[in-house]
Amino acid sequence: MSRTLLIAFDAGDALNGAAFCQQTGAYDVIQVMGEPKLDLGAETVTTWNLPSQPPAEYLANALKDVCANYTRIVAVSSMQAKDGLARLAGLLDWPMITDVIELLGETKFKRPILAGSVITTVELNASTCLLTFRPAGFGQPTIGGNSKHESIKPTFTGVTKRVSATVREGGRPDLSSAKVVVSGGRPLKDAETFEKVIGGLADALGGAVGATRAAVDSGIAANELQVGQTGKIVAPDLYIAAGISGSTQHMAGIKDSKVIVAINTDGDAPIFDAADFGLVMDLYEAVPELTEKLKK
Amino acid sequence: MKILVPIKRVIDPYAKVKPLADGTGLDLGNVKFDINPFDEIAVEEAVRQKEKNSEIQIIAVSIGGAEVEEQLRKALAMGADEAIHVETTDQLDPSIVAKELQAVTEEIQPDIILMGKQATDNDNNQTGQILAARLGWPQATFASHVELGDKSATVTRETDTGEETILLPYPCLITTDLRLNEPRFIPLPGIIKARSKPLHKRERQTTDTPRVAVLDYVAPAGRSGGKKVGSVDELITELKAKGVVS
Repeated sequence: MSRTLLIAFDAGDALNGAAFCQQTGAYDVIQVMGEPKLDLGAETVTTWNLPSQPPAEYLANALKDVCANYTRIVAVSSMQAKDGLARLAGLLDWPMITDVIELLGETKFKRPILAGSVITTVELNASTCLLTFRPAGFGQPTIGGNSKHESIKPTFTGVTKRVSATVREGGRPDLSSAKVVVSGGRPLKDAETFEKVIGGLADALGGAVGATRAAVDSGIAANELQVGQTGKIVAPDLYIAAGISGSTQHMAGIKDSKVIVAINTDGDAPIFDAADFGLVMDLYEAVPELTEKLKK
Repeated sequence: MKILVPIKRVIDPYAKVKPLADGTGLDLGNVKFDINPFDEIAVEEAVRQKEKNSEIQIIAVSIGGAEVEEQLRKALAMGADEAIHVETTDQLDPSIVAKELQAVTEEIQPDIILMGKQATDNDNNQTGQILAARLGWPQATFASHVELGDKSATVTRETDTGEETILLPYPCLITTDLRLNEPRFIPLPGIIKARSKPLHKRERQTTDTPRVAVLDYVAPAGRSGGKKVGSVDELITELKAKGVVS
């Protein structure tokens, strides 16, 4: 009998992961940080309520024994999910499938390879597995249910020590689950300009800020804002790309967005082929004008 | 101190690779191969650490057919001291690779394993973590800065919300992210010197077969974009019609 355990690192994961889990059948949730906000049809929701994310070594050790009750251990794709679940795969000696984008029955899955330039169908030849999935392809979850709630204090063992950690400044929605994302590229000349122009439009729309790898590498945007195959995969209702040419690497991270807008002075930039609406214009004119007019 | 650097031969990450028309594989007609870029960053990091501490010995290891020798020679040219080639033409998966690397690790007993966070062909991001778990070693994935002390490594790693710095007692495993360093250009003397460095060959130590099979390969569905608007006002009208702004 198939049974799924969703490892939700926070309430956002519990929500973003629910639609996928509802399609796999009966499921339970372990939520690492925060309190469950909605009933999403899980049978049991176990809350750890930790003040910060545990290192993968501690997480995997704490989860190892409970996994025996399940056939699937799943998590929404993220850096911490890949860090922790793959370690758990090593402890359990279970196979793992990374970045599932579509379910084709209980043992067949679709997943991208080569930075999203090829999609493969893979078949699991084992009774159990761990997997991470990108929630964009699984629709909206059914809200409601009768979950049993429990709160436990996990037993952590390990030798890793955290020295320090940065905490995201509050205010803007989480990039991976935001309804609107405004991203900027290398043409934004410095961090201050980036924040003023891109951040200004994002705030006018209540959206999150993203950036290209080039913008991050040149130091004008923070690492965690990077959108693309090696950064965050986003799928908002509206994605606005300003001063972004549209590398394969970047497009792999945004192609599931509902509406893509491109603003770029180079009318031949590849992003215009994928954008629903392209505006060939200097972003320093277009973005402030858009910000002003959308504020009203 | 010994650093083991596992490297993978991958399709040139900058090549445009398409699936074969019948979906049974990838069209590799004129495609070149190279060291997985994240593994190259790992080799570079090991060499930089050796430049600070000459006691460090760097051993590169790769698993595959005769062709992986090319990538091992490149690692030697970059500054690795020796290389191990685990010879096989078998189909592998992250778990099998981790088990083979575990066998190598138990034999040569490195203090640190430094490797790419993922290979740019299959994008699995699993092997390092599986290996660390099997060895019972602490891990630091997505490393952007590494300091090696006497008894432990201090690693700054990228996270979903920014970054964190963690301390790992030896032995430990570190996987590299893009921003850790920029690999060096290999000078000609390095290439010549690499030819005389030791490259040991050995056989597979495990008999597992892959538990996940690839059934087919297809191109992703394209987006039907391309519409241009002439002004900001026209753009706002279109976005309102789509219901994505109010």
